[in-house]
Parts: sequence; C-alpha cells; structure tokens
Amino acid sequence: MRDEVRIAIAADADLIPARAEGRALAERQGFSRTDATLIATAISEVARNIVVHVGRGEIVLRALDERARCGVLVLARDDGPGIWDVERAIQGFTNSSGPGLGLGLPGARRLMDEFELDSQPGTGTTVKMIKWRSRDELELLRERRRRRERAD
Amino acid sequence: MSVAILRHGDYLIASIRADLSDGQLLALREDLSRRVGDERIRGIIIDVAALDVIDSFVARSLRSIVEAAALRGAATVIVGIQPDVAIAMVQFNLNLESLRAVLDLDEAVAALDRLTDPEDDPDAG
Repeated sequence: MRDEVRIAIAADADLIPARAEGRALAERQGFSRTDATLIATAISEVARNIVVHVGRGEIVLRALDERARCGVLVLARDDGPGIWDVERAIQGFTNSSGPGLGLGLPGARRLMDEFELDSQPGTGTTVKMIKWRSRDELELLRERRRRRERAD
Repeated sequence: MSVAILRHGDYLIASIRADLSDGQLLALREDLSRRVGDERIRGIIIDVAALDVIDSFVARSLRSIVEAAALRGAATVIVGIQPDVAIAMVQFNLNLESLRAVLDLDEAVAALDRLTDPEDDPDAG
C-alpha cells in the first residue's frame, strides 16, 4: 500500500500536524533525526506560504521507494491566484515586501534535494519537493533476504 | 496567557511552547516590549527548547522580538535551540546576528549579567 498522507491547510495551527506527519514519514523512510527536522522545516515553509498568501490549500506527503534510494515527496497545492513572478519567488527578495514570500520558498529549496514550483495566474500553485536518502549495500542485502524469506 | 513569562530579578524568562500560533508570537513581542518599560526589565531570556522546528517566520519573529527589546533598552538571550533545529536555521540565509544564543538557563543568566552590567568589561570575562 502506498504511504501517503494529506493535510488540509487553512490556518497556522494546521502547520503543526503537517510538520509532525512529515517528520513521522521521514523517520519511517529511514531518514536521520537531522534530515527529518530539515524535511519538517521545509514543510512548515511551504505550508506557511499557503496560509499567508492564499488562505487555504493542502499538503500531500508521499513515500518514494526506488531500488537504490528512498525519499519523501512533499506537494503543497493551492487554488489561489498563482504567483506572477515564479523566478523571483524562488530566488527570494532581499529586502522583502510581503510577509512570507521573501524567505519561505528559497529556504525550503535549500532544505530539500529537488524543488519545483508550478504556477500559472488563475490556476493556483503547486510546489513539489523531494528529499532523497541513498540506501547502502547492507540495507539492500537485508531487503533481498527478507524478500527471499517471504518467497519460501 | 499562552506563553509562561517568569520574572527573575530584573530579567524576564519566556518559554515558547511548540504549538504557539503566529498571532501569539507577535503578541509576545508586544507584551515583552511593554513589560521592559513598565517593570524596568534589563534582560530577557527566551527559551525555545520545546520547538522541534524553527522555520524562517519564527526565526524572523525571534529576531524582531530581540530588536524591539533592544530599542527599549533590554538585552535578550535565546536558550535551548535544538541541534537539528540549528542546522536547519543556517539554511535560511537569514541574518541572525542579533540572536545571542546560549545552551542553558544558567549560561543565559550569566550572559545577561555580563551584558547588563555597565561596570563590567565585556572582554574581561
């Protein structure tokens, strides 16, 4: 079964369960405590971005499992007016005007391995970000053994 | 009151809870800034040990609390930043120079004693 969690975001109080779910998923995926904190912080940034600029949206957290690596995917979606200057939102403003956009998204980008922002005026904004963890030989060996045992 | 603020001599100790809302964080800034004047407070200790995530908004809020208190004549020390949280905070590229941080409450009190004592040479200690 796919490991996926959805959290509706409508107020700053919703950041707390979003961060907690992200940390829990990161730990299930074998991330270190530090990496789990980085992931939870990045989730906090994108969720706060929704609260401050749009008002409501959702966070989707999904476990990613590949042969040599596993990861956590974070989607932050809203149906707001969209971001008119995507490049500027990602780069960040130095002397920020708005309350959140200045540092939230660039901060989240630095905390994660992959970061994509998809936004068109009128259709809302989706931020997709991934943190990867490579699996070492020992972990792969253990998994092969588990699979063999199950097959017997 | 959502943040417990304790008085310790001329100092205030504010412990921030994990589930503090943004509005409550801004209210804390006002409250601390007002009490600095009303109660002749010379130093503030902000305890963030309960926070397992400090995002850029919270980091900037802490900075603005420190700067507002400084303009009112009080020094502020942050105590209890978790090691993983510190690693995350450096990724923001935020200027956090005004945040003076120490490990525990004893050190925080000692730091404020040094900062608020006009007789003391800061380079001597």
